[in-house]
Amino acid sequence: MSEQQTPSRGWQLRSDQVSGLMLVALALYVWWMNRAYPLGTVAEPGPGYVPLLLAIFMGAMGLLVALSGGKSMPLAAMEWTEAKRAIVLLIACGVAAFALERLGYRITMAALLVFFLGVMERRKPVMVATVGIGFAFVTYYLFATLLRVPLPVSSWGV
Amino acid sequence: MVETFNNLLLGFSVALQPQILMYAFIGCLIGTLVGMLPGVGPLAGISMLLPATFGLNPIVAMVLLAGVYYGAMYGGSTTSILIRLPGEAASVMTCIDGYAMTQQGRAGPALAIAAIGSFIAGTLGVVGLMLLAPTLATFALRFGPPEYTALLLMGLLVLAYMTGGSIPKTLAMAGLGLMLGMIGIDAMSGYTRFSFGVLELSDGIGIVPVAVGLFGISEILMTASQQTLKLPKNPSLRELMPSRSELKQSIGPIARGSTVGFFIGIIPGSAHIISSFIAYGIERRVSKTPERFGHGAIEGVAGPESANNAAATGAFIPMMALGIPTSPVTAVMIAAVMVHGISPGPMLISQQPELFWGFVASMYVGNVVLLILNLPMVGLFVSLLRIPYAYLYPCILAFCILGCYSVGNSVVDVWIMLAMGGIGYALRKFGFDLAPVALGLVLAPMLELSLRQSLAMSAGSYGIFFERPIAVTMLGLGVLMLVISLKPLIFKSKKKDWRATVGLDEPS
Repeated sequence: MSEQQTPSRGWQLRSDQVSGLMLVALALYVWWMNRAYPLGTVAEPGPGYVPLLLAIFMGAMGLLVALSGGKSMPLAAMEWTEAKRAIVLLIACGVAAFALERLGYRITMAALLVFFLGVMERRKPVMVATVGIGFAFVTYYLFATLLRVPLPVSSWGV
Repeated sequence: MVETFNNLLLGFSVALQPQILMYAFIGCLIGTLVGMLPGVGPLAGISMLLPATFGLNPIVAMVLLAGVYYGAMYGGSTTSILIRLPGEAASVMTCIDGYAMTQQGRAGPALAIAAIGSFIAGTLGVVGLMLLAPTLATFALRFGPPEYTALLLMGLLVLAYMTGGSIPKTLAMAGLGLMLGMIGIDAMSGYTRFSFGVLELSDGIGIVPVAVGLFGISEILMTASQQTLKLPKNPSLRELMPSRSELKQSIGPIARGSTVGFFIGIIPGSAHIISSFIAYGIERRVSKTPERFGHGAIEGVAGPESANNAAATGAFIPMMALGIPTSPVTAVMIAAVMVHGISPGPMLISQQPELFWGFVASMYVGNVVLLILNLPMVGLFVSLLRIPYAYLYPCILAFCILGCYSVGNSVVDVWIMLAMGGIGYALRKFGFDLAPVALGLVLAPMLELSLRQSLAMSAGSYGIFFERPIAVTMLGLGVLMLVISLKPLIFKSKKKDWRATVGLDEPS
C-alpha cells in the first residue's frame, strides 16, 4: 500500500494495520487447528511441526506489518468502486461451479456467458447467443471430443 | 567430443524423420495454445494429452510431450504480456514488465523478445544438456536433504532480495503459500492435515487453481469496473520487432537468464519457476536504472523468459540421465515413457541411444519450430487485444473454470480457484504481492520433507545446515541477500529510496 498521508483527524485505522492483524488472526487459527496433529520432537518432527513453525513465522510477519503500518493509507480512504461488480462476478462463477456437474458443461457455460454478456454487459442478443453458445460448444468439441477430457454432461445428454 | 557428435548425428537421423517433425510441430503448436489459455498450463496440457500418446511409439510420445512443455513456456508468456494472466506459474515474473510494456503500446517488442529469448535459451539449454549432462547430473546427486532445505530457503530469501515493496509483506505471503502447501496428506506420517473433511483436499492444493485464482481471477475482479481496455493501435510488422537498442539491452539478460536458468533447471524442484524469479532479481540488481523495472523494462521480460526456457531444458537432465522427475511435468513425462516399458535412468543412454539422442535432436528442431511458429504470429497475438473487454473477460473466466476443472476433473479445484480469486483481490487491494504465495505453495512439500529429514539425520540438530559446504553456502547467499534488502531499513539514508520515486512502497 502506498504511503499516502491524509490530514489527520485523530487516530485512524490504517490498511496495513488491518491486513497485518488479519495475518496474525490467520496464524492463530492455523496454530489452533494444528493442535490436532502431533508435533513430535526436534529429532523426529511430527506432522504438526512445520505448520507450527509457519504459524509462528506468519504471526511474526503479520505483527511486523501491523506495527510498521502507521503511515499506510487510512482504511476509510481505500476505494472499493469495483467491489460490487467483482462480488457479482464471483457469485456468478460460484453458481456456475455449483451447476457444472448438475447441468453439464455446455449448458452451464452457455448460461454463464449469456449472463455476463446479456445481463451485465448489455450486449446485442445475437452476439450474446453466438458467443455464449458458440464458446460452450466449440470448447466442448475441442476438449471433450478431440482431447478426450471428461467434461460433465447433464442427465439429458447435453 | 567425436562420440557426442556421432551420437547427435544419430539423433538427427531420428528427429528429422517426417513423422517426428510433424509431431514436434503439433506439440509446439498445442503447447503454445495451451500456455496461452489461462489455467491450462504445461502440466494440465501434458496430462490431457497423455492418454493420446499411449498408441504412439516412445520417441514420438516424448517429442510430442516435450514440444507441449516448451511450447507452453513460450505461450504462457503471451498471456502474461498481453493481459497479465500467466498461463503458467513460470510466467508470473513476465507479467510485471511485459504487461507494463503492453500498456505503453510496446506489446509487439515484448512478445518478440520473449520469443527470441526463449529460442536462444532453449537452444543453449539443449547444447548444455548434450555436453554437460553427465557431470552436472553427478553434482546434483550430491544433494541430500540439508542441501535441498538450504536451496529452498535460499529461493524464498531471494524473494526478499528482489521485492519491490514491503519485506514483511513479501515474507508473509511466502508463509501463506507454504501454509497452503501443508494442506493434504503428510508424506512422512500419513496424517491428513487441514482438509476440513473434504476428500479432494487430502491430495493437497494444486498450483493450477491457486495460480489461476490469484493472478487470473483477481486481475479480472480488479478491473471489474473497467469498461474498455486501453488498446494499443494495430501494430505494423516493423513495430512488432524490437528496436536495435532494445535488442542490445536484451543480450545480457538473455545470456544471464539462459545460464542461470539452465543450472537451476538441473536441480530438482520447480526450477523453471524459481529460475524466472531469480533471473528477474538479478536483472533488476545489475541494472544501472533499476527504477525502470516494473514500468516496462525489456530486461524484465528477456531475463525471466530465457531463464524459464533454459530451466525447462535443464530439467530433462536428471529426468533422462537419472530417472528423477524434477517437477510434476517431468514426472508425467516419465510416466508416458514407462507406459512403453522404458525406464529413464543411467542405462537409458547406452541401451536406447536412438531414444535419448533422438530426443535431444528433436529439441533443437522444436526450438526452430517454435521460433518459426511464434515470431510471425506475434501480430496475431497482439490483435487478440482488439477483442472488446466486455467479450474478453467472460471468455477468460469461462476458460479459467474449464482449465481448472480439466486438471483433476474436480469441481473442488474450481471452488479453490474462486476462493483464491477473492483472496487475491483483497490482498492486492491491501498492497500485497501475490507471486510469493505461488512460489511458497510449490516449494512447501519439498521444503517440509527435506527439513524433517535433515533434522532426523542430525538427531535434532540444526547445526547440520552449517556443517555441509553446499548447504551453508546457499544459506549464506540467501541471508546475504536478505541483509542487503534490509540495508535501507537499518541505515536510513537521506536519499529517497528508488521505490518511492517510482510510486512503489519503501520497504517497511
